[in-house]
Parts: sequence; C-alpha cells; structure tokens
Amino acid sequence: MAAKYLKKENLVSWLQTLAKERLTLVPRREGDAVVFRPFAPGQDIPLDQQATTPPKAAVFPQCEPLLAFKYAKDPENPGKVGVQVKEKLGDTPSVVVGCRPCDARGFLTFDRVYDSDRASDLNYLTRRRNTLFATLACDEPASTCFCNWVGSGPADAEGSDILMVPVEGGFVLEPVTEAGEKLMEQAPLEDAGDKAALAEAVKENAAKALGEAPDLSQAREKLLSLFDNMDFWEGVSAKCISCGACTYLCPTCYCFNITDEQSGAEGVRLRTWDNCMSYLFTMEASGHNPRPTKAHRLKNRVGHKFSYYPDIHDGHIACCGCGRCIKSCPSSVDIRQIVLQAIAASAASE
Amino acid sequence: MPKKSKNQEARNPYLPAIGTIIETIQETPTIKTFRVVLDDKDEMERFTFQPGQVGQLSAFGVGEATFVINSSPTRMDYLQFSVMRAGEVTAKLHALSTGDQVGVRAPLGNWFPYEELKGKDIVFIGGGIGMAPLRTLLLYMLDNRKDYGKITLLYGARTPQDMAFQYELPEWLEREDLDATLTIDVEAEGWEHSVGLIPNVLLEMAPSAENCAAITCGPPIMIKFTLQALQKLGFQDDQIITTLEKRMKCGVGICGRCNIGTKYVCVDGPVFTYAQLKTLPNEL
Repeated sequence: MAAKYLKKENLVSWLQTLAKERLTLVPRREGDAVVFRPFAPGQDIPLDQQATTPPKAAVFPQCEPLLAFKYAKDPENPGKVGVQVKEKLGDTPSVVVGCRPCDARGFLTFDRVYDSDRASDLNYLTRRRNTLFATLACDEPASTCFCNWVGSGPADAEGSDILMVPVEGGFVLEPVTEAGEKLMEQAPLEDAGDKAALAEAVKENAAKALGEAPDLSQAREKLLSLFDNMDFWEGVSAKCISCGACTYLCPTCYCFNITDEQSGAEGVRLRTWDNCMSYLFTMEASGHNPRPTKAHRLKNRVGHKFSYYPDIHDGHIACCGCGRCIKSCPSSVDIRQIVLQAIAASAASE
Repeated sequence: MPKKSKNQEARNPYLPAIGTIIETIQETPTIKTFRVVLDDKDEMERFTFQPGQVGQLSAFGVGEATFVINSSPTRMDYLQFSVMRAGEVTAKLHALSTGDQVGVRAPLGNWFPYEELKGKDIVFIGGGIGMAPLRTLLLYMLDNRKDYGKITLLYGARTPQDMAFQYELPEWLEREDLDATLTIDVEAEGWEHSVGLIPNVLLEMAPSAENCAAITCGPPIMIKFTLQALQKLGFQDDQIITTLEKRMKCGVGICGRCNIGTKYVCVDGPVFTYAQLKTLPNEL
C-alpha cells in the first residue's frame, strides 16, 4: 500500500472504527498534562504537542497482576490449607494513535530485555504483540528533544505500524507493517497526491530543526572510566532530589518491583514500575545498600542507559531521546549534559 | 515485534511451582531450614540443578526472596533451603511448618565450576549463613570424592549456638577424606574446637595454594579479611571463588536491580571468581 492522505476531520471517524475492534488509546488533556486514554467520542485530541507521559502503560502497565493465588482448606483434611496459583496475562488488542517516534521506539529497549535467550516475559510479550502504534511524526521538535543523538529522528518509523506525517489539513499515512496496513484499510483515506511531497518537506525540516548530534560513541567507555570518580557523580547529582519523575516518565525505563497483596484467602502478585532513584531500590534485608547515595543511583541510571545496556545489546543506547526527564525534572537535571560532561571530563583526565 | 519468542518452549518465568515442606530444622535462633518436595511428582522427578544455583521461595501474600539450594544434586529426595530471618518474607517463611506449601522458582543463576575443579585440592571457608551455598558443593564433592584432591573445610560462626548444620558436623569432623575445622569468635563453655576469627584460623591452617581452589562465602567483613589471608597464602585471584547476594526480584535478568555494571548477579552470577569480580565496577 502506498502513502495515503487522511483529512483532519476524518480522524475521529477512523478512531471510532478502530475503537470497535481494539482498545484505542489517544492523547487526552487531564489538568495540565496530556496522557494516553481510551478514545471517547467527542473528546479533544491534542496532537500538537508531545504527551506528558509516554504510552508505556499500554504495553507495560504501571501496575499489573502477574499471578493470582488463593488459599483453600483441603476438603479431605480441614486442618490443611493449600494454595492455588494462576498466571494472569493481558491480551486485549490495542492500538496507540498519536504517540511520537520516540515513544514507539521506547519499546525496542524493552524488547531486547523482555525476550532474550535467558527468559521470555510472557506478560510483557502478550501485550506487546497485541498492541499497534500509529505514530505521529514530529514537525516541530522541542528544545528538550534529542532523538537524533541516540540513533533516531523525528520521522523514525522503527517500532511503529503506521507513520502519520502532519501536513496542512490532515495527515499523510505511511504503512510500516502489514498490521498497520490493515488498520489503514479501515480509514476513510484519499490518494496522497501532492501531499506526499509536503510530508517529505515536513520530515526534512524537522530533522534540520534538531541540528547536529554530538558523537556519543565514546560514552560507553568514558562513563565506566568515571565509575570510581565520586566527585564527578556528586557534582552532576547535586541538584537531584531523588523524586524519580525521570524514571516514571521514561519510555525506556523498564525496571520493576514485585509485591504481594492479599485480602482474606485470596490475593495477587503485582508487578509495578520501580524507580532506581529510590534508596530502597537496592536496599538489602541486612541493611546493606550497594547504592547508598543519590550520586550512586544517578550514576547507575546514566551508566545503564549509555554504557551497560549498549555493552550488552549491540551498542543500542537505552534512551529514546524524548527529553521528558529533562522537561519534567523539578530540579533541572539534564541527562544530555551529564553524558557530554562525562565524555569531556574523562578526556581531560587522560 | 517477532511473533515467536526466543525461548520457544517459554514457560512463564514468574509462575512458581508449588512445593510442600516435608521437614523443617531450626538450625540456630535465626536460621531455619526447609526441606521441600515439589507437589507435581513428574516435575520433582525431572527437576535438575547445579551446585550453587539459587531459587526464589514464595510465601504467597507476603512475597518472594532468593535462597541457594543447599542440598546436593546427588541427593534429590528434597530441595533444601536455609533461611535467615532478616525481613518480611523470611519472617513469614519462618512461621511455616511441615505440610505447608511454598512457591518455588528454581533453578536460577549460574553455579560453582565443579567440572573445572576436578583433580584439584579444595578449601571451603564458610562464615555464618555463608556455609549454606558451600554445603551444596561440599556434599556434591563428597558424593564424587574420587574426582577431587584434598578437601578442607573451615566453618566459623560467632557462637556455638550460631552454627548451622549441627546434625552433620560430627560426620564431617570424623570423615578421613575431609579435613574439617570449626571455629567460633570467642571462647565458650563446652566448645572443643578452634577459637578465633576465620581469617586468623585460616592463616594458622595455612592450606597450600598449589593446585588448589578456595571457595568462600560469608558476611562482607569476613570476606574482606579472608581474601587478604588467602592472598598471603599465595592464592591467585582466579583460584578464589565466591557467591554473591543482592536484592533480587525477578531472578531472570529483567527487573534491573541486582546489576554490578553490565553483570546481573541473578543470571551472570551469583558465583564469581575473585578475578572476575575485579573486572567489575566497585559496587558490591
């Protein structure tokens, strides 16, 4: 299928069609924030800005049951209580419409970890395979955007099923996967015609607006060489208040906690997003904590994204450059500056 | 996203098998041992593990924690876990008794290089609950005795009451093919064995480093000084093997908290040589 044109006024009717078959998540304004919520007819769909939170929860809910368990008395021997355990997998077919290329690419960071030679996380994979992405290319990158630093760009279609390029009056839709093509077949589309050339111009201008990307190829080794330089890490983390907003807003932060909840004889084992900026993240029962200060913890967060993860996963950086951690940090910590300072600092010390 | 997962026969890594406690042993005031048999007979028969691998025990409603399987794969009547009471999950486990069920996710992690150690002399140095992971390898080697050279054991605890596995210590002391020494930190009435901190007793024992591997586990302060003692005795970094502990949740290298730089203790460990540890960032 070639690229097609979707008039802005036809977007809602497409979403209505999609919503009949799939959970259809679109941006929605809630207070000051733009978040992804199930499409509701009549709602405003703010597509002119990056959403405040990424659509991470569509595939990786903030809290999800992994197991359900139930204690029951043995009918043969009422003195004995047994436990039954069942896995819980979420497989609702879903589509996210209007996320950005960085948002869709975030899941590529998950994929390498959640389906490896070592283990396949069925809870994640079941949702992942049931979720499609109709991604909106960026025409106007923000000052916090740096997707081009980490191997992507404002019209990157990797990880998406459809790329929607905003043009005057509507969107040029480019199918990326077969599943995306099927979704496009349900849309009231027109031939792209001269809109296709407009879409190319939008892509080019956005790429230009991001400017030149610095070379981060040194970051892997440089960050590691700074591991024991706590002066450096105390300096760059001085402003950090360990709130963890950066981790919760990050499309690539995939760490989680597992906890049990029980009410009466039944309960669930829950998986929840966790936050490596928290003191408790690595706290051991003995009282020992391998990352006792915010400097240790920020070091691990930056090191993981720009050094350890790339080392394990063919050089892929565990950051999609969305800039939310910069935009939403209450104390203006800027991960770009930390990485650049690390490259410069260790160059100076050699 | 590829439709097929990399692990074709993927089973849910978070779904524990259910096992029943067939016996408990109150080892010390804070350590309780659980002997567990998986309820599914076929699963129990099929179950294999390597000495040094760990498992996650579940007390459903409270949570999971990681413990080494301290029985030997050569003795598969049950899986043995020794649990030191330290937090919520271990407190709940301590409240369980024979006939109660637990969840078991095992085996996880790597293991002691028992194949490469064949033909070598072995020195085990265990402190406190750190004896548990050594026990599995010690029993394995005793059950394959001809494959190994001289086997020496130094097991220390703070007081006689803190010494676990008391039901098998007499046998270990008597065996002619095992040179076992027990030590406690300070003199105690009725104690007939060594007295002194593990590193000091080790220096007095002075095992030869030639064609020998030292396998040690214990509290961090003991490990620190034991490493120094071993180095004094001429042990090279790759002759020293230890097993680490970290806070863990998933146990399969995903949840992201037990890493030391690029290495995840739950899958790349818990067993490391001192030479390997030296290549990792300093974040134990």
